[in-house]
Amino acid sequence: MQLGELVTNVRSKNAGPYWVTIDVFCGSEAVFNRLSELLTREYVATLYQRPIDTLKRFELTELHVLKFSFPRPVVQGSRFDRDMHGAQYSVLLSEIELPL
Amino acid sequence: MSTRVLVPSGVLGLGFDREALARGVNMKPDIICIDGGSTDSGPFSLGTGSSKYSRAGCKAEWKDLMIARESLQVPLVISSCGTCGTDGMVDWMYEITQELALELGQSINVTRLYSEQQADEVVQKITTNQCHPLEPVTELDESIVRNCSHIVALAGAEQIQQALTMGADIILTGRATDTAVICALPIMRGEHVGAAWHGAKIAECGALCSTNPISGVILLDVDDSGFTVQAMAKDARCTPHSVSAHMLYENSDPHLLHEPGGTLDVRQARYTQSEEHSVRVEGSQWLPSDTYTVKLEAARPTGFQCTIMAVLRDAHYVANAQAWVDRLSAFLEKEISNSMGLTPPDYTIEFRLIGVDSVLGALENKPSQATEIGVLGIITAASDVQCEELAKLINPFLLHYPLTDDEALPTFAFPYSPAHSQRGALYEFSMNHIMELDDPMDAFRIVSDQVGIDATR
Repeated sequence: MQLGELVTNVRSKNAGPYWVTIDVFCGSEAVFNRLSELLTREYVATLYQRPIDTLKRFELTELHVLKFSFPRPVVQGSRFDRDMHGAQYSVLLSEIELPL
Repeated sequence: MSTRVLVPSGVLGLGFDREALARGVNMKPDIICIDGGSTDSGPFSLGTGSSKYSRAGCKAEWKDLMIARESLQVPLVISSCGTCGTDGMVDWMYEITQELALELGQSINVTRLYSEQQADEVVQKITTNQCHPLEPVTELDESIVRNCSHIVALAGAEQIQQALTMGADIILTGRATDTAVICALPIMRGEHVGAAWHGAKIAECGALCSTNPISGVILLDVDDSGFTVQAMAKDARCTPHSVSAHMLYENSDPHLLHEPGGTLDVRQARYTQSEEHSVRVEGSQWLPSDTYTVKLEAARPTGFQCTIMAVLRDAHYVANAQAWVDRLSAFLEKEISNSMGLTPPDYTIEFRLIGVDSVLGALENKPSQATEIGVLGIITAASDVQCEELAKLINPFLLHYPLTDDEALPTFAFPYSPAHSQRGALYEFSMNHIMELDDPMDAFRIVSDQVGIDATR
């Protein structure tokens, strides 16, 4: 099963031209607890190939949300940017294969 | 006391539910506020000083809002005019307003707040160490500042309040923070400052904080202890979840929001369903800063671009697309050096494989299962002419280059003629900095005029 099938929603978006932020809406406390163990800073930094010290991680327990923010690998809209709105970064998290 | 703010939509040009707007007008708001700007679509708008949205679309929506304002006799404010909020875009919105005032037979006072910055002033701020980088730190020196085609400072609540005190019917502002336009009046009238900023953040994208995001219209009540937010569309509801989740949206930190003059801290905020469709929020805090700073946004041209696309359908080439592109690129580098005397970094040619990894690049971790692959060549060079020359030079090879020397000459599919498209100048965002101001109005200018039927008599 993929992570995206377990949660309510995974979305990503620019947070200004220099950052991208990814929100995982877990939908329940059980899913939140399970994913907060899996989705450590190390795990997410490796998935997105970003230096770990630049990755911010937030646990929003009441909302059952895990949030990750990191500086964009390339500034939005600069020559080598491939995703103007940063909205497709989320698929890497969404497609993580989870053991049943 | 309470201050009621009507927010018709997240941005002018995106559309809103007209019935919901009428319902909002019936609720007798004290002010109508809408944002006109965004960096979302990239640096082109600021680089060229142009609007992302069509003039016709903006004018049609602005007309409805001007009619609503006339019936209510309250201020109507738009911030970050024309996507980028340059001086030229404030005047663009002013021209639209003038036309509509005449068409609608209105006589109104219009105040323009300008936020564009001159390079000299920004260089001066760098020299006096009053310009500071934000994370991630990007390089900024005098030559970069002078290369920028436009630099804007993001106005906060103070500058919009200054415009409000002049008693205008309509205020058109240059670049401002998304929230400033909404919280300006509530703060001016003495409502809870933290609640005003927090409510503004929640309402700044219109109905995105509700269960029906595209309906647009949101009503915000700010008082001395908190705020209440409700959606105006019939089927839209604000819930503690939909409202609190909006604090995450396009925000790298879900708890803190840095604004001119301070920081909004929502860690103690409590969200409750006050009525069926509305949410009450209390406990938001405003932490004033010691120094008054405004954020700068800037864009500069960094070259010109041309694109060219071929589509591979032949299974042999689809299966070996990356190897083919690598071989083609190496060949083209030599060919360009021989014919034009250019070598990277004088130019770059990047081939992105649509159907393989064109979105995620090196992060892509799934093998492609495409039956056809789009090869998008992006050429960047110093001039339009050079870009087109490069495109014409590589054209026959993109069409015919074989994977190996000993196979028949292939011919791929070009989707149109000419195969290349000129994209004009390429712009880059060039500042991620804040600038200190002794007085909030130091970097901003205000002009007021009478507009409409009386003005032309």
